[in-house]
Amino acid sequence: MLTKRIIPCLDIKEGRTVKGVNFENIRDAGDPVALAGLYAAQGADELVFLDITATIEKRKTLSALVNRIAHHINIPFTVGGGISTIDDVAMLLQNGADKISINTAAFMDPGLIKQLSNEFGTQCIVLAIDTKKEPDGEWYVYLNGGRTKTNSRAFDWAKQAVDNGVGEILLTSMNNDGTKAGFALDITATCAINLSVPVIASGGAGTMEHFKDVFQTGYADAALTASIFHFKEIEIPALKKYLQPFVNIRI
Amino acid sequence: MIAIIKYNAGNVQSVLHALQRMGVDAILTDDPAVISSASRVIVPGVGHAGSAMAYLRERRLDTLIAGLRQPVLGICLGLQLMCRHSEEGNTKCMDIFDTDIKLFQSPLLKVPQVGWNNIYDYKSSIFNELEEAAFVYTVHSYYAPLSDATIATTDYIIPYSSALQKENFYAVQFHPEKSGDVGETILKNFISI
Repeated sequence: MLTKRIIPCLDIKEGRTVKGVNFENIRDAGDPVALAGLYAAQGADELVFLDITATIEKRKTLSALVNRIAHHINIPFTVGGGISTIDDVAMLLQNGADKISINTAAFMDPGLIKQLSNEFGTQCIVLAIDTKKEPDGEWYVYLNGGRTKTNSRAFDWAKQAVDNGVGEILLTSMNNDGTKAGFALDITATCAINLSVPVIASGGAGTMEHFKDVFQTGYADAALTASIFHFKEIEIPALKKYLQPFVNIRI
Repeated sequence: MIAIIKYNAGNVQSVLHALQRMGVDAILTDDPAVISSASRVIVPGVGHAGSAMAYLRERRLDTLIAGLRQPVLGICLGLQLMCRHSEEGNTKCMDIFDTDIKLFQSPLLKVPQVGWNNIYDYKSSIFNELEEAAFVYTVHSYYAPLSDATIATTDYIIPYSSALQKENFYAVQFHPEKSGDVGETILKNFISI
C-alpha cells in the first residue's frame, strides 16, 4: 500500500540551515547535508529545502548545495524559494534536485507552470500555496512569503495549477503555521479530496495526534513540518510508530 | 565500468550519484561504443515515453540496448521503454519484454502514484537480502501489468509489475537510487549478478 509521507523542511540561507537546531549527534547542525542525512536515517520519506537567501550570489550557492545534497542523500528531495524561470529549474534539476517548488512566480505568470511541466514533466513541479482564512470564511492565496494578499481562493488556484500541470500541492495555512495547534484540516481536505494530485499539508503541527488528524480527517498525502523536528519536540521514529496503527506508513 | 544511458529529459544524474555513493565506477553516456563495452548498463528515465524513444531511435540506441548481452537494468521510464508499447503518446518501444504499458485509471486514487509503496513476491536475485514487502520510492502514471516476466509485484489501484526480468534484462518501476538502503541493496545485487 502507498504510504503517507513525513517530510521535514529545512530553511536555508547562504548555504546554511537557518533555524537554531540542537542535535548533539551531528557535528555541524548548520550544515544542511548533515541534518538531511540524519533525517533520512531516521526515516524521513522526503526532504524539502527552502532557500530564503535574497542575494545575487544565491543561485551559485544554492546549486552547489543542491549538488552536495544529491551526492549524499538517498531519498527524494525538493528545492524551493524564489524560483522564477525555466533556467532556475533546469539548474536545480541538473544539480540533482528531484523536484522544485514554485510559489509567487507561478501566480504572477500562470503560463510558467505549463512551460515547466512540458519541459521537465509534471512529476517534478510542486506548487507551494500560502493561504489564510479570512473573516468571510474563505481561504485566500498570499504571495511573497505571506506578505501580499490576493483575491484568489486557494482551492481555485490549486485546481487551475493542477490543470496546467503541477504534480503536487504544498499547502501551508498561515493561520495555523507556528501555532502548534494542529493543521488546517478543512482546506487540506477540500484540496486533497478534489484534486487529482497529492497534497502536502504544512503549518500547525504540534503533537503526534495532529499528524493522525491531517491524514485521517484532512486526507493529506503527506505532512511537512520544520521546527518540531529541528527542536526534537517530536522525533520521526516515534512519530511513525505512533501513526502505524492508523495509517499506512513506512517503517 | 557501468554505463548509464544519457537522455534528453529528467534527473538522470541521480542514478550516477547513487552509484558514486556506493563507490561504483559509472559514466553517463549516449556513446554506442562506451555502452557496448560496459560491464553493466542502466537505462534510467524520467520523462515522456514518446520523446525518450525518439531520442534513443535517432541515435539507434534502441536496437543497441535490445541487443546487449551484459546485465541491463531499466529504471522507471526505462522499464516502460523496454516493453513492447506504451499508451503514453501511443509509443512503440524496444520490445524486450512482451508486455504493453497502460495508464493507471481510478476515480478514487491519485495518478501519478507518488511516494513509498511495498514490493512483494520476489522472483529474482536482485532482491536478495531484502525483507518481504520492502518499501521503495515510486513516481509514475503508467504501469506494466502482471506477466510471465514479473519478478516483483506492487499494489496500487491493481496489482502491477514493479519489476520485470527476461534473460539479462532487468527492470524496476520504482527508483532504487531514491529508495534509501533498500534501493542500495537492489543496486548492489544488480552489480554483483
